[in-house]
Amino acid sequence: MNQKITAGQPSVPMKKGLRRFRSLPFRIEYDPHKKSGGWWIPLLSIGAALAICALFIALNGMNPAVVYGKMLQGAFGSSFGFSETLVKAIPLLLCGLGVAIAYRISIWNIGAEGQLIAGAIGATAVTIFAPNLPGPLYIPVMMLAGAAAGAAWGLLTAIPRAFFQVNELISSLMLNYIALLLLDYFVFGPWRDPEGFNFPGTPIFTPSQMLATIGGSRLHFGLIFALIAVAVFAFLLSKTRWGYELRLLGANPSAAAYSGIKANKHILIVMMISGGLAGFAGMLEVSGTAHRLMYGISPGYGYTAIIIAWIAKLNPWAMIVSSVFIGGLIVGGYSVQTIGLPSSMSLMLQGSILFCLIGGEMLSKYRLKRVSEEGK
Amino acid sequence: MDLFILLITAAISSGTPLLFAVLGGIISEKAGVINLGTEGIMLIGAVISCIVFIQTGNLFVTLVAAVFAAAGLGFIHAFLCISLRSNQIVSGLAITLFGTGLSAYLGKAIAGTALAVSVPKIKLPWLESVPFIGRIFSNLDLFIWVSVALAVLLYLYMYKTSLGLHLKAVGDSPSTSDVMGISVAGYRYFHVIAGSMLMGLAGFYLIMVYSPNWIEGMTAGRGWIAIALIIFARWNPLYALLCAYFFGGLDALGFRIQLFDIGIPSYFLKMLPYVSTILVLMFIGWKNRHNPPAEPTSLGIPYFREQRF
Repeated sequence: MNQKITAGQPSVPMKKGLRRFRSLPFRIEYDPHKKSGGWWIPLLSIGAALAICALFIALNGMNPAVVYGKMLQGAFGSSFGFSETLVKAIPLLLCGLGVAIAYRISIWNIGAEGQLIAGAIGATAVTIFAPNLPGPLYIPVMMLAGAAAGAAWGLLTAIPRAFFQVNELISSLMLNYIALLLLDYFVFGPWRDPEGFNFPGTPIFTPSQMLATIGGSRLHFGLIFALIAVAVFAFLLSKTRWGYELRLLGANPSAAAYSGIKANKHILIVMMISGGLAGFAGMLEVSGTAHRLMYGISPGYGYTAIIIAWIAKLNPWAMIVSSVFIGGLIVGGYSVQTIGLPSSMSLMLQGSILFCLIGGEMLSKYRLKRVSEEGK
Repeated sequence: MDLFILLITAAISSGTPLLFAVLGGIISEKAGVINLGTEGIMLIGAVISCIVFIQTGNLFVTLVAAVFAAAGLGFIHAFLCISLRSNQIVSGLAITLFGTGLSAYLGKAIAGTALAVSVPKIKLPWLESVPFIGRIFSNLDLFIWVSVALAVLLYLYMYKTSLGLHLKAVGDSPSTSDVMGISVAGYRYFHVIAGSMLMGLAGFYLIMVYSPNWIEGMTAGRGWIAIALIIFARWNPLYALLCAYFFGGLDALGFRIQLFDIGIPSYFLKMLPYVSTILVLMFIGWKNRHNPPAEPTSLGIPYFREQRF
């Protein structure tokens, strides 16, 4: 593969086999400066990923068309299905924004899962430790507590990274497992509902601790907050000095250092924002969707957020589309359980979408070039 | 004393899957390619082992199947990172997500089936009479010795042969190696795929010896701990041996303490390996704060022959 990619001016004498290859009227060439393709790359990649997974489904003796039809129908085919899809899209969008801002400065935060759980625990702590707050105060205090807990969890990744050169991929992932165990401790232990028939969860929240829903569905007002977050994110990144500094830091860290941008300060701030957004999503989950803290509060939103960010190429507006799409994939994944497939099907699809996506992105940087006669 | 021996034995057996995975990661990173798919590859290795063992009952066939399934994922990673020059981190994450999903999908039917597997044990009668050491080492299973032998062989390969020097060159300065006539892509492909095979072996050991029944997500972060151990081991297979047993020991310790009911909830004891991974990495970072990084210089950077520096 590698030999076929030849430079414009080969300085090394070509081997025989390669010369024959070069006598073709065109050659395949890699151009690192070519801008990678447009909106159609993600679409093609998703198509390729669906095809790969169809193969696995077929190998398992199922008809892929039936499975995909069932998923599509489950996710978008009814107003109930669609509102469920949006319910899933809210935490995905917020976590996706969170990881995207970290990726902007090459901080590989894969700890959104743990930060979301920390936020859910933080928000629930308000309901446990302050049972007598005036009603209208609950939602704002819980939001603050959730975001603060998420930000603190993010700092646990940022501080080792900034001051001890600890690889943030590993530390943020370890913190996911720690957060998950902490959640289990609370819901199986001290916070478990005494009247819950051993259900691993806290008591159901009081109405003033729940987010209002939109028009009788399970869709809650968190949607509005998520959309506001997108707009704020887009504005901060493209219109402010701070956003410019982040872009510079991401594009060329040494140039940024010479121009006096303090990388460590940005790492701390960005990880707090990143964790704060995920923590906020965790608060929305407990207060808007589950109405209690319970075992398995997040079905892997934090990991899926990585894909949301990459499908959208870290663009906040495009993330609205990608989160609804992946939200649909998750809801569709639940609906195939009725025909005996595990819901982890959607995880498999997500993984293959991601590698088709990055593969497609790089493939689009190759181009066919006509070889002129002198070039021989 | 008995307890201590028990703990060391447990540390060795829970450290062995880590050791396989760390060795796989080391050779891949030595060639300059980060493989963050470890967790997914281990899961695929484990689930394929389980399926094939139920079908055939033959340990060797199972081993081959697991290793080749892992090699398949390794090839995808290699193709994306080496031929297409994608971002190695994202590609590795994709492998992990895909492997986690696919293993859950494939393992749905066999979840919870206990495997009646007996791995051959190496008996060393002449060691048995030695106190302490004899109790630990005279009756270990075959794959523990295989993993130790692999660590030693990889050490010799990396530090004492010219091929190993080529490997180091490819990871440190691919452009120089290219000029010297070493095939950068060839070395990278070979070591990424071979590394993935070792990770598949880690999954195989995990399910065949350590806990012989398939549970969704049974690696529980061991793949990620293995990635941290690569840094801990300074990319040296012999250090990896010690690091893997140390972390295996922590894992085993958390499990043993639960049996004594000392008032700490088991959830906190289960955090032990994860918390110590972060603390150890912080300690290493602090200790080496004035030293140049020990990692291969071109780790994570795709190689373009025409790129100017």
